[in-house]
Amino acid sequence: MLNAVARKSRRTRREILRPMNLQTDARKGAPGDGSVNKSELDSVVVRFAGDSGDGVQLLGAQFSQETALAGNSLATFPDFPAEIRAPTGTTYGVSAFQINFGSRLIKTAGDQPDVLVALNPAALMVNYKGLRKGGLVILDSGAFKEKDIKRAGFAIDPRLDGTLKEFRVLEIDISAQALEVAKPFGVSQKEALRTKNLWTLGLVSWMYDREMVSTMDYVTRKFAAEDTVRDANIAALKAGHAYGETHELAGDIAPVSMPSVKAEPGTYRLVSGAESLAWGLVAGAQLASLELVLASYPITPSSPILHILAKLKQFGITTFQAEDEIAACCAAIGASYGGKLGVTASSGPGIALKTEAIGLAISTELPLVIVNTQRGGPSTGLPTKTEQSDLYIAVWGRNADAPIPVIASSSPGDCFDVAIEAVRLATKYMTPVMILSDGYIANAAEPWLIPSMKDYKPFKVEFHTKTEDFHPFIRDPFTLARVWAVPGTPGLMHRIGGIEKDYNSGNISYDPANHQKMTDTRAAKIDNIANDIPEQTVALGEAKGKLAVVGWGSTFGPINRAVSNMRDQGLDVSHIHIRHIWPLPRNLGQLLKSYEKVLIAEMNNGQMVTLLKSQYLVDAKSLLKVSGQPLKIEEVSSAIRSLLGSN
Amino acid sequence: MNITVQPDKLTAKDFASDQEVRWCPGCGDYAILKAMHKSLADMGARPENTVFISGIGCSSRFPYYMATYGFHTIHGRAPAVATGLKLARPELDVWVVTGDGDALSIGGNHLFHALRRNVDLNILLFNNEIYGLTKGQASPTSRVGQRSPSTPMGSIDSPIEACTFALGCGARFIARGIDVQAKELDVLFKRAREHKGASFVEIIQNCIVYNDATFSAFTDKDVAADMQLHVKHGQPMLFGKERNKGLRLNTQTLKLEIVVIGQNGVEEKDILVHDETNRVLAGLLVALRPPSFPEVLGVIYCDPAPMSYEAAVKAQEAQAKLKGPGDLDKLMRTGNTWSVT
Ligand SMILES: Cc1ncc(C[n+]2csc(CCOP(=O)(O)OP(=O)(O)O)c2C)c(N)n1
Ligand code: SF4
Ligand SMILES: [Mg+2]
Repeated sequence: MLNAVARKSRRTRREILRPMNLQTDARKGAPGDGSVNKSELDSVVVRFAGDSGDGVQLLGAQFSQETALAGNSLATFPDFPAEIRAPTGTTYGVSAFQINFGSRLIKTAGDQPDVLVALNPAALMVNYKGLRKGGLVILDSGAFKEKDIKRAGFAIDPRLDGTLKEFRVLEIDISAQALEVAKPFGVSQKEALRTKNLWTLGLVSWMYDREMVSTMDYVTRKFAAEDTVRDANIAALKAGHAYGETHELAGDIAPVSMPSVKAEPGTYRLVSGAESLAWGLVAGAQLASLELVLASYPITPSSPILHILAKLKQFGITTFQAEDEIAACCAAIGASYGGKLGVTASSGPGIALKTEAIGLAISTELPLVIVNTQRGGPSTGLPTKTEQSDLYIAVWGRNADAPIPVIASSSPGDCFDVAIEAVRLATKYMTPVMILSDGYIANAAEPWLIPSMKDYKPFKVEFHTKTEDFHPFIRDPFTLARVWAVPGTPGLMHRIGGIEKDYNSGNISYDPANHQKMTDTRAAKIDNIANDIPEQTVALGEAKGKLAVVGWGSTFGPINRAVSNMRDQGLDVSHIHIRHIWPLPRNLGQLLKSYEKVLIAEMNNGQMVTLLKSQYLVDAKSLLKVSGQPLKIEEVSSAIRSLLGSN
Repeated sequence: MNITVQPDKLTAKDFASDQEVRWCPGCGDYAILKAMHKSLADMGARPENTVFISGIGCSSRFPYYMATYGFHTIHGRAPAVATGLKLARPELDVWVVTGDGDALSIGGNHLFHALRRNVDLNILLFNNEIYGLTKGQASPTSRVGQRSPSTPMGSIDSPIEACTFALGCGARFIARGIDVQAKELDVLFKRAREHKGASFVEIIQNCIVYNDATFSAFTDKDVAADMQLHVKHGQPMLFGKERNKGLRLNTQTLKLEIVVIGQNGVEEKDILVHDETNRVLAGLLVALRPPSFPEVLGVIYCDPAPMSYEAAVKAQEAQAKLKGPGDLDKLMRTGNTWSVT
């Protein structure tokens, strides 16, 4: 770490008083990103926590932005409650934002925070147990009044009874500090107190040598209409920073700078999964030369896709907030029938409602992209928490034999390419395609090498116009896709519907042999997509050996890091990450058989493992987690160790 | 010299598909289908620009028998599919065909929203007061006491009256016709098509198999004149064999009452004149139910909004495009970015 600091010498020597304790002995063996035996600090995990009304998400997002602009690699984990403003001071009203950042490639938001910023006792209550031993707690002592402490569920003030004895504690009366700087601007008491998130951001920005320009820009834009609020917030931000500079802070914290990560050349930005997914849909529509119609019904954590696309009307995008998810899916189908790219986005309960309509799109063989941002379930479940438990409903969850392609994104940035691939498959094969994202991916942000549209090969859609021998179910002999003939085309008037159609004319048919043939054809069309997607590769390690850890979706980061760490320790383990959930890559079965053991790690109760067993009869083991929290590196590592008998 | 090329004049036959019609012999749907074939030809509609979208039910088989574009969707959801199509292709002439179960039971929500949004759809609800396709269960429009396989002792839930529902949803065009009255249906179809915004037409349809003669109290030849009131905008609301019965507003009770010209000093000028733009009057008219009152037929309400839903959507989109077309590469590079060399 000292090296790292020395290399970046913007700070004066006086400022580098001494590295934080957390970056020396205590940190060894269990740094935030789960690796071991690293002699110098190359990453740190900070968790901000406070009341839902404290502006913790904004604080985290702005700190992430500053960190990204500083050139560090990072991963974030916004972790907030389902209630918008739960009663103040309650544990269930605690909102948190975790960021892992460093001068090496960061793959997860970190198993254990090194630093916890707790803006009230409830935030401390909910989060202190997760903090690494020896870690630093920064708390707002102004929020630690007797009743707040009781309300958070502490019998005695946790600062006095040894609760925090394993940590280093830095108490600052952030509330008072913020009030003092903000009040003179003439804002209300309430507004003044609300600047405490920016005050805190100032302090943390100082700690990690972050430039605050982007935050100042943000505040200026956000409060453009309210001069006094804007000025109060900027003053608080600067005051927090100045506080760090001028106070000795008990020698506990000193500024640290972290060199930027080595990254591929290009222009970068922070991107959330929702953003990159929405943009990927726009990109896909452009590559297909289609206009996009998104029909959606608000639901957490899917809604941002609707919000983002609603602002992009200049791209030829129509958004429609339907009366429910059934209508949303049906309207998207209506749009596709009309020759546009129909897209519908939702989460678990909404996906359940769409299933009948998805069947209609399967039967009428219309393109449709269904975005499923998974959340904890069943039923309402854990609306703001993440899970991967919609794999069954994606692959198998419809009445009758109704296969569709399913693709899962592995990270916020990956959603862009996944969305493009979904549009390509939907239009090329005239089929609904489901994208599986999840609450973690949707909300988390990561640095992203911004793609250029010129690097993507267009896949322009051609509508059918030829009138000779026309019927709506003329198929392409290779893809088996039917022709797309849209209303308004002279001479191609036809009727389609959910009733079985005659293979040779598209007219209603109840003929038994025909139904067999149509069912087989629909299945073959989807199976055949396996020949149009990449073969399964090995994300890390060899294509054979003792153990393959198989994952899909947002668990990419922790699995990859765990496998990397275990390989560093000499274990024979590889990481396989499945992007195409259905149809599966054509070589996957063979690949899995080349390992002695297969471990499938997923955030559900065993869905991928069932799928793979059903397809390949592999004797796979499972690492399952459904706590609403992302998989941890250490959880995967210990599963690897126990399977390979090296504890 | 300007020559206007007239598109070939199409006939009713040109609107009939080659598919064998599979309704029960004597089903009221046949008459409606035939009326539609003829109306579209008369209106000069183009088959390629006309789309029929339906849900599920006997009535919803309608699109298969039209030589236009057609989409037989899923139970109750036709208005939603049609809304999506209209958003995608506002220039198309989109008709929705639905049944009383399809529209008012499983699809009630979608009908409600299509009407309140005022999507430019022509919605035809074939009301036979029964679930035909599933073999005769009571529907949301079945009357109390209706015996059916699902209500062997008689239906107990109170029915919804389709036009009242539509009016409550904010529909701005509401009309009612009878399956076999082709001439009147023709007018309703034309008016519905001309109306910009959601047009709602209830068609009284006889299901000869599961609910035969349920409307005989006003459709039977011998009672028709006395039990049907065909309203026309600007004309007094008169009916009866001698056309001497009419509706009068009782200002004391705020209710409509039947009066007879020449009796109790009633004169023609006392008869209420139909004003199809008057929503209050429309509310009074749709509340009239046989046998106490005649069945009100014709265009009951028509008060177009300045803009239909999809037109307003397109207007917003056009406004957004004034700033120039979207550039995705640029969009992704707005905000905070940094370069690595
Ligand atoms: C989701 C679903 N539920 C139930 C059905 C069965 N079903 C088909 S048509 C129908 C009722 C149709 O009644 P109505 O809309 O009045 O049409 P009609 O047959 O009388 O013209 C029902 C319940 C279905 N097709 N789909
Ligand atoms: S069941 Fe009734 S509504 Fe259906 S086709 Fe037969 S007569 Fe017509
Ligand atoms: Mg019916």
